[in-house]
Amino acid sequence: MKRIRVCGPITVFALAAALLFGPARAQSQNAAQTSKSVDAPAGNVEAGKKIFNKYGCYECHGREGQGTTMGGPRIGPNPVPFEYFMSYVRKPTREMPPYTAKVVTDQEMADIYAFLQARAQPPATMPAILK
Amino acid sequence: MTKSKKPAVGRRNFLKSVAAGAATLAAPAEALHATPGAPAVPQPSAAMPVLPPLIETDPPAESEVLNVDRTGSDFMVDILKNLGFEYVCCVAGSSFRALHESVINYGGNKNPELISCCHEESSVAMGHGYAKVEGKPLCIFAHGTVGLQHASMAIYNAYCDRVPVYMIVANIIDATKRDPAYGEWPHSVQDAAAMVRDYTKWDDLPISLPHFAESAVRAYKIAMTPPMGPVLLVADSELQENPIQAGITQTIPKLALSTPPAGDSAAVVEAARMLLQAENPVFVADRSARTQAGIDHLVELAELLQAPVIDQAGRMNFPTRHPLNQTSRRAAVISNSDLVVGLEAPDLWSAVNTYHDQVHRTSRPITKSGAKIISISTGDLNIKANYQDFFRYTGVDLSMAADAEATMPYLIEEVKRQMTGDRKRAFQDRGAKLATAHQKALDEARNDALYAWDASPISTARVCAELWSQIKNEDWSLVSVLRHFSWWPLRLWPFDKHYQYIGTQGGGGIGYNAPASVGAALANRKYGRFSVSIQDDGDLLFAPAVLWTAAHHRIPILSVMHNNRAYHEELMHVQRMANRHNRGIDRAGIGTKFEDPTLDFSRLAQSMGVYAEGPITDPKDLAPALKRAIAVVKRGEPALLDVVTQPR
Repeated sequence: MKRIRVCGPITVFALAAALLFGPARAQSQNAAQTSKSVDAPAGNVEAGKKIFNKYGCYECHGREGQGTTMGGPRIGPNPVPFEYFMSYVRKPTREMPPYTAKVVTDQEMADIYAFLQARAQPPATMPAILK
Repeated sequence: MTKSKKPAVGRRNFLKSVAAGAATLAAPAEALHATPGAPAVPQPSAAMPVLPPLIETDPPAESEVLNVDRTGSDFMVDILKNLGFEYVCCVAGSSFRALHESVINYGGNKNPELISCCHEESSVAMGHGYAKVEGKPLCIFAHGTVGLQHASMAIYNAYCDRVPVYMIVANIIDATKRDPAYGEWPHSVQDAAAMVRDYTKWDDLPISLPHFAESAVRAYKIAMTPPMGPVLLVADSELQENPIQAGITQTIPKLALSTPPAGDSAAVVEAARMLLQAENPVFVADRSARTQAGIDHLVELAELLQAPVIDQAGRMNFPTRHPLNQTSRRAAVISNSDLVVGLEAPDLWSAVNTYHDQVHRTSRPITKSGAKIISISTGDLNIKANYQDFFRYTGVDLSMAADAEATMPYLIEEVKRQMTGDRKRAFQDRGAKLATAHQKALDEARNDALYAWDASPISTARVCAELWSQIKNEDWSLVSVLRHFSWWPLRLWPFDKHYQYIGTQGGGGIGYNAPASVGAALANRKYGRFSVSIQDDGDLLFAPAVLWTAAHHRIPILSVMHNNRAYHEELMHVQRMANRHNRGIDRAGIGTKFEDPTLDFSRLAQSMGVYAEGPITDPKDLAPALKRAIAVVKRGEPALLDVVTQPR
């Protein structure tokens, strides 16, 4: 099983502000770009995939975490730093339903995070049919 | 027009006479040997049993009239022809059997042509889709009871969507003419229209043919006057089937459609003044454009002012690639605006507020303090109390109870009249910034589409891109709801013609998309347009037999399934409740998912005579499958691809 170490943020307040005022699609990229490296719990990609689907995360974010305009924003393959990810999922401030520790353990959160990190990057060049 | 000289003998009189004859044949021996010339012994009504089938070779009584030359239903077809109906959609029903027969024989089954449907909800939804492409209604026949009950959901959608739907429902009004053996009692009703009166614009129960003629023309006029809506006529079965009485006037009144109400001149002057003074005005269009002229006029006005347009997608209102189209920047644009102009936007409130669906439902305005709002809408001209499709009340500064499309030319002229050179220069600067923002948003949409590009289930963006690459050189018309498809086509494709997008179902009733898209494709057929529908799985399950209708009538349409194997929106709602209640977050699929077994829509379609492939789960298989299906559609037939997709 693949395990991934994740890097997390320091400035949660700044991230929250970005979420409130920035475009939804930019959340993950901005956060990742501005965060400092902090170790996050080890997560299991395969377990994360199962949990991501079983607990309904995919319903709003897509099965690859790609995000939708009619649901949640893109959260993979470059998710927001783990600390913010954890705090927002536990107590979201916008439309997302909460996932408390009663229904998703911290380890499961780490597994989900690892799964999101492992998602495929988009094609490096724009496919002709999208131009 | 010929008029029958024969005496009127109703269908039920005829049946009654024949039944009486049969009863005589089957009567006890003593009755048969009654003294000739003696008065008949009256039989109690309870003695009218369900009779055995009559033998067709039995000779009729000499006094019976077995044929009639011209019936009320023939005249009704004259009226339908006069009103210009191209099609009648119906599920065959005994209460309008005369109308049915008159359409196909007396009327030659042309203008109107009878379209065979398998559910009255499909009949009405076909009319809904057809009207949004063609700009006028088709006609629907249905039983006044069971047919109308089936149809009611689709009527509600059309009502909420302000679309003209023209229904003729049949009823046997005279209780003494109802045949109990044929189920005509449960198919009869005192007031057929009552059950849909809350969501129709007008109805009538004509009791004579001249009355029917006047009401038929009146109904058409009312349906077509903005705000448009469904209308319903009750056609009594006796009125349909009886010969036209001598001396009955068969005049069809002249139809002159009402010009739509345009904004009051003083209000137009004031609106122009506000638009020219505002630093950041924005147009919010929902059902603004009914025709190409409606789109073109909004483009002209927006360009004059270099003002952004937010398209709420109730209709094809504004070209998606126009630099002033700022739909994907709705929140940013509206929060920066000092004047919001709603154009046929029933839910203007949602455009200027946020809404929060947590335990405590909250909202807040997103407009700046002091921002003004103008509404140009026919919404207030036809509003009813019971059903709440009028949305939350929006406090506005200037309200025109007027048709936005009809008002637009006057507003353009007034803006031109009041325009100054200084304002024009300021507007050009504003437009340049908006053009840059538009291009950035388009680039971002393309970038968003890249994520999950090779995923299985196939991403909705990938489906959208693959589809576009193969239809972009056609005269295409996208005839489906796009909300559940993340609006990808509107984000990526260049829409600029009124028939390229027809909006949503209006009332949110599922089961609209499949029949409405077939109805729209029916309208597109004579123009040679390529109709394409992105078809939700749950929607198709409501009344899938419309696929047979498409195959039977050779209605060319490509249906690409958005098969996410769930009533996905409901899945998300149940998930939200489970999370809110802190329990069972892995059980939201109960009652919402199509699993165990999954559905095979290609076989479903094939069983109805539609070319189909699938399920397609690998994105690499999509392009060749599309190519094959498109070739079928270009031959003039329907085709369906079952694509297993990402949820949204």
